[in-house]
Amino acid sequence: MLSIRDLHARIGERKILKGLNLEVGAGEVHAIMGPNGSGKSTLASVLAGREGYEVTNGRVEYLGQDLLAMEPEERARAGVFLAFQYPVEIPGVNNAYLLKAALNAVRRPRGLPELDAFEFLALVREKMKLMQMDESFLNRGVNEGFSGGEKKRNEILQMALLEPRLAVLDETDSGLDIDALRVVAAGVTSLRAPDRAIVLVTHYQRLLDYIEPDFVHVLSDGQILKSGDRTLALELEKRGYDWVRQEAKVA
Amino acid sequence: MSTTPTDLDALVAQKYRHGFVTDIESDTLPPGLDEDVIRLVSRKKGEPEFMLDWRLKAFRHWLTMREPDWAHLRIAPIDYQSISYYSAPKKKDGPKSLEEVDPKLLATYEKLGVPLHERARLAGVAVDAVFDSVSVATTFKDRLAKAGVIFCPFSDAVRDHPELIERYLGSVVPHTDNYFAALNSAVFTDGSFVFVPKGVRCPMELSTYFRINAANTGQFERTLVVAEEGSHVSYLEGCTAPMRDENQLHAAVVELVALSDAQIKYSTVQNWYPGDENGVGGIYNFVTKRGECRGANSRISWTQVETGSAITWKYPSCILTGENSVGEFYSVALANHCQQADTGTKMIHIGRNTRSTIVSKGISAGRGQNTYRGLVKILPSAEGARNYTQCDSLLMGDRCGAHTFPYMEIKNPTAVVEHEATTSKIADDQLFYCRSRGISEEDAVNMIVNGFCKAVFKELPMEFAVEAQNLLAVSLEGAVG
Repeated sequence: MLSIRDLHARIGERKILKGLNLEVGAGEVHAIMGPNGSGKSTLASVLAGREGYEVTNGRVEYLGQDLLAMEPEERARAGVFLAFQYPVEIPGVNNAYLLKAALNAVRRPRGLPELDAFEFLALVREKMKLMQMDESFLNRGVNEGFSGGEKKRNEILQMALLEPRLAVLDETDSGLDIDALRVVAAGVTSLRAPDRAIVLVTHYQRLLDYIEPDFVHVLSDGQILKSGDRTLALELEKRGYDWVRQEAKVA
Repeated sequence: MSTTPTDLDALVAQKYRHGFVTDIESDTLPPGLDEDVIRLVSRKKGEPEFMLDWRLKAFRHWLTMREPDWAHLRIAPIDYQSISYYSAPKKKDGPKSLEEVDPKLLATYEKLGVPLHERARLAGVAVDAVFDSVSVATTFKDRLAKAGVIFCPFSDAVRDHPELIERYLGSVVPHTDNYFAALNSAVFTDGSFVFVPKGVRCPMELSTYFRINAANTGQFERTLVVAEEGSHVSYLEGCTAPMRDENQLHAAVVELVALSDAQIKYSTVQNWYPGDENGVGGIYNFVTKRGECRGANSRISWTQVETGSAITWKYPSCILTGENSVGEFYSVALANHCQQADTGTKMIHIGRNTRSTIVSKGISAGRGQNTYRGLVKILPSAEGARNYTQCDSLLMGDRCGAHTFPYMEIKNPTAVVEHEATTSKIADDQLFYCRSRGISEEDAVNMIVNGFCKAVFKELPMEFAVEAQNLLAVSLEGAVG
C-alpha cells in the first residue's frame, strides 16, 4: 500500500531524512520508534504534505500513486490521514462544522453521497461514544481550549469518521495520562481493518502495550536501522537505542 | 501556502462581480456645485421652503470647512466641481407599482441578487430600492401602513410628512457636523425614511439596496429612522456599484433616533466597487452614521460588514443620552488589494447606567490597510457607565497592514471600561490542518475567516448572515494560495 524508497528530506539546510526505506502493506500496523530528533515527525509531515519540508531524493508510492506529487487535501481525499502531534486551535470554527466539511470532502471522491446535518450527527454521535467524548465537543471551536488528552481524542475521532486507508499517528500517546491513553488506544485498535494500514510514530513503547504492532522499526539519524516484530520494542525499552546504532555501525 | 508573489497574483486576479452598467437614459445635471444647483435639486424634488433653507445653510457652512485629514488614509484630491449632483432615471411619472418599473432596472437588481418579487415573496422583506438618487420601487408599503409604520423614499417623506422631517432631520447629525455631512445636507437627493410609532413592533425587516450607476455622479443619500416609545425596528442596507476607472464619491448620512424603550437594529452589508488590484477606480465612501438613544432604556445596535470601497471613512456611533440605554457596534471590515479602511465607532455616554459594546474584526489582505478608530467617551453625568471593546485584526500575507487607534475619555470615576485587542495571521498550521482533512485551501481560508468573524455575523439578520459570508468568500478568493 505504501512504499517509501530512499527518501531524503530536509528543512532549510538541515538534512533530516537520509535514505529511508519502508514498505507497509494493507491491514498492517507498523510502529516507528526512535530517539528525539531521529526524523520520526518529519516522516509523518512529509507523508501528509506539510510545507517547509523539501524532499531532495526518493519516491513515495501510495496505492500506485506518486504521493509526493499530491496536494495535502488530495492525499486526504485519497485516504491518507495524519493524526497530529500538536493539533492546532482554530478559534470560532465549530468543531462539528469542520468534521462535517472534512467528511464530505473525503466522501465525494469516493463516490459517496454527502451527508446532511442529521445523518452526520447520527454518525458522529456513534463515533464519539467510542472515544468517550462528550457531545459538547461538537459545539466548541476546533481544539479551542481542549486539554492535551481532548485534542488527541479529537484526532482519533476524526480518523474514525474519515475512515482512511492509511493512518499515520504522530506521537498520539505523548501527553496522555494512562486513562486517556487507554481510550485513545482502544479507539485506534477498533479501527484496525484488513484494508487499512496504520503507522504509529512513537517515542515510547507503552502505546504498543495497547496497540499491538505487526512490525517495529527503529529510526535513527534519518534512516531505518533495524526492523523486527513486537519483541524489538520491548528490547528497546530495556536497552535503549544505543545498541541499535552500535550494531548498525559494525554492520 | 506561504504568501508568494504568485499567490498574490491569484488573489488580485479575482474580479468584481457587480461591475455592469445599466443603460438607461438618465436625467443628469452637468457637473458643478453652487447655490443655483442646490436650488435646482430642491425644485426638481418639489421640496418645501424649509428644506431649501436648510440645504443652503449647510452649503454655506460647508464652504467654510476643510476636508478632514486625520484619518489613516491616502486620498487623491477630490474635485467637488467635477461631480454631478443629480442623476435620476428619466421617467415622466413615478411608477405606481413594480409592474411599472423599468424592466432594465429590475434586471439590474436581479444581477445584484435583489430580485424584488422573490425577496418580497420569500423573505418578507420590504425593499426601498435606491437607483442612483431616486427611489424606484417600494414594496410592502401597504402592510407596513396597516401597522402604522412609514417606510418611504426620503423625498416622499419630505412632501408627505414635512412635520416629522422638520422635527428630526439634522437632530442627530447637524448640518455643521463635519465636512462630508455638511456636503450631504446641502445636496442629498434621496434616501429612506422610517418612522415606527409608539409601541409598534415593525412586522418585517426593512431593507434598502443602494447602487451608484451613472458615471461621475456622487451619491448623497440620507436615511432617517425614528423609533417612538417602546417600538422596535430592524433595518438593513446593502450597497454595490458598477466598475469604473474614475473614483466615485459616496457621502451618505444616516441618523437614528430611539425614544424611551425603543430598539433600532441597523445592519449594513457594503460591497461598493473597491477598485482594481492597482488601486484604480473604486468608491470613496465617506459616511456619517449616528444614532441617539434619546429615551431611557432604549437600544441602538449597528452591525456592519464592509467588504468594498476603495476608501472607507465611517464611524457608526451612538449617543447614549437616556438612562440605562445601550449602544452596540459590531463590525467586520475587509481591506484587500489596495483598499483602505478607516472605520470604527464612537460611544458617547451621557445618561446614567448606559452601556456599550464594541466588537470590531478587521481583515487585511493584499496591500490593504485596515484601521480601527474608536472613541469611548464617558461624561461626568454618566454614573455607572460600562463599555466593553474588543478589537481583533487578522492579517493575510505580508504586504498588508492593521492599525488600531482606541481613544478613551473617562470623566466619571464610576465607569468601567474594558478594552481587548488581538492581531493574528492566518497560520500556516491552521491551513495545513484543514487541508490534511481534505478541505481545499480556499474553503479552509473561508472557514478560518468566518470563524474569526463569527461574533459579528451572529448579530446580522439570518438571511443576510449567509449573504455576508458569501460576500466575504468572494472578496477573499485566492487571498492565500
